[in-house]
Amino acid sequence: MPLLKNGNIIEDPYTRVTEGEELPGEGPILVDLALWQAQRDALVARSSEVGVQLAAGESPAAIAPDLEHIALVALEFPAFTDGRAYSYARLLRERHRFEGELRAVGDVLIEQLHFMDRVGFDSFDMKSDEAAEEWKTAQADMSVWYQPTGDERPTATRLRRS
Amino acid sequence: MYQYDEFDADFVEQRAVQFGRQVEDRLAGKITEEQFRPLRLMNGLYLQLHAYMLRINVPYGCLNSTQMRKLAHIARVFDKGYGHLTTRQNMQFNWIKLSDMPAILLELASVEMHGIQSSGNCIRNITADEYAGASADEIEDPRVYCEILRQWSSLHPEFSFLPRKFKIAVSGSDRDRAAIKAHDIGLRLHKNEAGEAGFEVFVGGGLGRTPFIGQSIRAFLPTQHVLSYCEAILRVYNQLGRRDNKYKARIKILVHEMGGEAFGEKVEKEWAEIRETALELPESETARVGGFFAPPPHEKLDDDDSDLAGHMAGDPDFATWVEQQTARHREPGYAIVNVSCSPVGKPPGDISAAQMDGFADLADAYNFGEMRVTHNQNLVLTDVRKKDLFALWQKLVTLGLATANHGLISDTICCPGLDYCALANARSIPLAEKLSERFADQNKQKDIGEVYLNMSGCINACGHHHIGNIGIVGVDKKNSELYQLMLGGSAEEDASLGKILGRGFDEDGIVDAVELVIDTYIELREAGEKFIDTYRRVGPDPFKEKVYSAPA
Repeated sequence: MPLLKNGNIIEDPYTRVTEGEELPGEGPILVDLALWQAQRDALVARSSEVGVQLAAGESPAAIAPDLEHIALVALEFPAFTDGRAYSYARLLRERHRFEGELRAVGDVLIEQLHFMDRVGFDSFDMKSDEAAEEWKTAQADMSVWYQPTGDERPTATRLRRS
Repeated sequence: MYQYDEFDADFVEQRAVQFGRQVEDRLAGKITEEQFRPLRLMNGLYLQLHAYMLRINVPYGCLNSTQMRKLAHIARVFDKGYGHLTTRQNMQFNWIKLSDMPAILLELASVEMHGIQSSGNCIRNITADEYAGASADEIEDPRVYCEILRQWSSLHPEFSFLPRKFKIAVSGSDRDRAAIKAHDIGLRLHKNEAGEAGFEVFVGGGLGRTPFIGQSIRAFLPTQHVLSYCEAILRVYNQLGRRDNKYKARIKILVHEMGGEAFGEKVEKEWAEIRETALELPESETARVGGFFAPPPHEKLDDDDSDLAGHMAGDPDFATWVEQQTARHREPGYAIVNVSCSPVGKPPGDISAAQMDGFADLADAYNFGEMRVTHNQNLVLTDVRKKDLFALWQKLVTLGLATANHGLISDTICCPGLDYCALANARSIPLAEKLSERFADQNKQKDIGEVYLNMSGCINACGHHHIGNIGIVGVDKKNSELYQLMLGGSAEEDASLGKILGRGFDEDGIVDAVELVIDTYIELREAGEKFIDTYRRVGPDPFKEKVYSAPA
């Protein structure tokens, strides 16, 4: 699946490792919460980056104390209608001050990109090969926002006062 | 009322252009109906039994005459010449062609209107007391906070994919005319002992299959925190609300399952983290928005108008209308005028293009160019000089909008039912028409007095049947339409849910049953008792006995 980051399609540097598989000696890996919790110390001891993927319903509170060791958090959208990860993303960025990569995975649609961008996602597992074009379209659709979020984009209220 | 600035105008226009592109993609077959569905729903477009239905937001019920004329234009050009007023104070059109949508949205955008978030699992149109800014009993004007909440909730990036739809209502007086306890969040403006304004916050009210009355989780929230507190409530709900079953996904189920107190604690904890952020309203912002809701330039008048009494004495129909349809205004010499859109034998809430245009003219002539839509599917003129009432009434008579049934049994709330809706089990509009015909006699209605009759064509309760003093709900029994009767609901500050009286009825049977219920009330009432008072005093048994012992 094409990975979109900063508006470009890139090669995903992360390898997915699931429970029961041996940890590769080096290279960035992406694990689920259960594997992270089971092998936290071994994962932290590796020299390469580790990412943790949270399923919908797994709150970021579960990894909040360990965020300094985590380079990527992937949040799952099992269906585009399941919006829990929008709150999780804001909590990671604004409450837990997570500065690594925040990736949207699962049912990620073009029409959601501007919402995801605003709550702090910066990479997206896209379904379409035209994802870079879609990103441009989504970015151009809306320029006015009313809600302050952690992205610091000026809201209509702030712009009115300036 | 509020007027868009460049930001609001850009926002709505960009959204209209975006949806126009999506419609073109759909018409060209580039996207499937399945992919298109969520996009159209977020712009207020439903696919119903016979056609698309477009629901257009009327923010907290406030409309100006230019907007009303635009709605008339849309009714005439793109629909069958009429629209329908909804319980969220909105206007909906039932016969829309998909290919007309891009043009309709641009027409709407030109008068500061749209259908954004009028459906979908997001924050819907925020509703308010239709007498806001005018009523004698108002403590604070709820529209200011409705507008602030409207902007905050518009395409909120965190809350556009909630477990289920989300409804907020704001009331600004002790008398609840906004049914706030039947909402996901109900906000009641009041003043504390120091004289400062704040909100009592109710959560978890709602109707549908599993009705609940909202619970108070905070007695006093200073007004500058209204956004952060609502954000905290929504954030808790967005994470914890059930997503496994759409019938259990509303916040009312979460609040019920957790308990109001435990839910409130979670909200308070979240709120403590975000109350000191950019969400805190500076006084300048409240004042800026408040400026849009400054009272219109009222004249200094004597409260009693000398001509009015004469006209009332000379024309009993006019006198009846004044007594039934007007409410006390805070300014001497002015009145609030309720305009019924539930005439005898017609679908409640329907309004024709000619009526819309005519009513817009009346708003210009007598009401500073503004009007309100009520959650009872009627219209209101908030600032009419008493000396103009007679002329206004004569013109309303011509328009067919002078029915004198405000708060009476024929002033029903009614959903579109099986005539339009894909969810309905039974027709509701023809039943509402039959009931209003049964009780058409003005003197009889007046003798019965205040009673709210609400009906829905299915258990989803769009017609608010649980909170009608008399509620009727259509159910499907072995493929025939059947109606159940419930009694004892109330939407007001004493909110309560009605209880089913007994077995259901067919269409004629339910009309007879309602009449027997009313007969029972008239027999049993004590001096000054409204229907709901008598019901609460005597309970359901006398009603049950009368209704079910009648010869079939």
